Amino acid sequence: MTADLDQAVRPWQKDIHAAFKASNVGHVSYVPDGGHRGLIGLCAKDPSIGTTVLTTEEEGVALSAGLWLGGVRSVLLMQSSGVGNCLNLFTLAENCRIPLVLLVTMRGEFAEYIPWQIPMGKRAGAALELMGFDVMRADTPESVGDICSGALDQAFFSKRCVAVLLSQRLIGRKNWSK
Amino acid sequence: MSKLLERRSVVAQLLKGRNETLVVAGLGSPIYDVFAAGDNDLNFYDWGAMGSAAMVGLGLALAQPSRPVVVFTGDGEMLMGLGAFSTIAQHRPPNLSIVILDNEQYAETGMQQTATGFGTDLAAVARACGLEGAATFNDAGDMEGLRERVHACRGTLVAVLKIEPGDQPRTVPERDGAVIAERFIKALQV
Repeated sequence: MTADLDQAVRPWQKDIHAAFKASNVGHVSYVPDGGHRGLIGLCAKDPSIGTTVLTTEEEGVALSAGLWLGGVRSVLLMQSSGVGNCLNLFTLAENCRIPLVLLVTMRGEFAEYIPWQIPMGKRAGAALELMGFDVMRADTPESVGDICSGALDQAFFSKRCVAVLLSQRLIGRKNWSK
Repeated sequence: MSKLLERRSVVAQLLKGRNETLVVAGLGSPIYDVFAAGDNDLNFYDWGAMGSAAMVGLGLALAQPSRPVVVFTGDGEMLMGLGAFSTIAQHRPPNLSIVILDNEQYAETGMQQTATGFGTDLAAVARACGLEGAATFNDAGDMEGLRERVHACRGTLVAVLKIEPGDQPRTVPERDGAVIAERFIKALQV
């Protein structure tokens, strides 16, 4: 049995993809994270959702801004570490009243094996709050779809920057013995 | 001494006959140059978020595939977002042009030398990232040909224009991002 648990498509990732469809999301950008692999795969296979792999997460903020100006809704997928890379570029969204949606897989909060993940893991939520985001959190698999759907609606209805922090416990422990 | 281009006349020439073209101006001098060529609701003045201009252009180009998108930015701003060349190369949208006004200086902050003054060749970087045909220009005689290509949607274009250093009259457009974005979106929807 392959124990690479963070690589399989989870039901809550399918729920997120469904929420994207319901909100007419046309593009998803990302620096890949293991916790997002299933969702990235679903979006890549979906002909109505364009995807962009980024060299750094802040590129996705600018990409989302350009897509919005051009009439396309988009979402950014990233790990908590990536939030730190984005901070100044949020000025684009704040100044221009451009909606942003970040789905952030959390590291550094449960059985973390890599201590370098902990600084941004601990502060990603607070950093986003400081930058004016509406920050939501999903801790249980059953709640993810509804929370992401609410986040998308809030972002696009009210032209807000919204982030959903996806608990590290949703992914489970990474098996570092392999 | 190598020829250099005059920035205001070059930008004005490249924007002649812009018709359907959407324009992004990166922070600093390119904003003043684009505004000096004539304000337009379809100019997105990107006053901050240094490093973002090319990626904003990519988003626009993907969202509006039938319209030419031109990004005017400076060497300093482009250097801060160099990865964008690689990210753009995965899509290679035919309707996207990046025009880099390269005076090898950070003009806003006291004319400090940028990396292009120390040897970085941005066109070579773009080619190495997968954007074929990226080229450097310093001859005014090439500008009419470039102008035609920039509005033609025939392939992703990166043009590095070697510009005379120095100050220009500071012609300053709207700075309120909400106003800039709103009028842009409204003009696009017409």
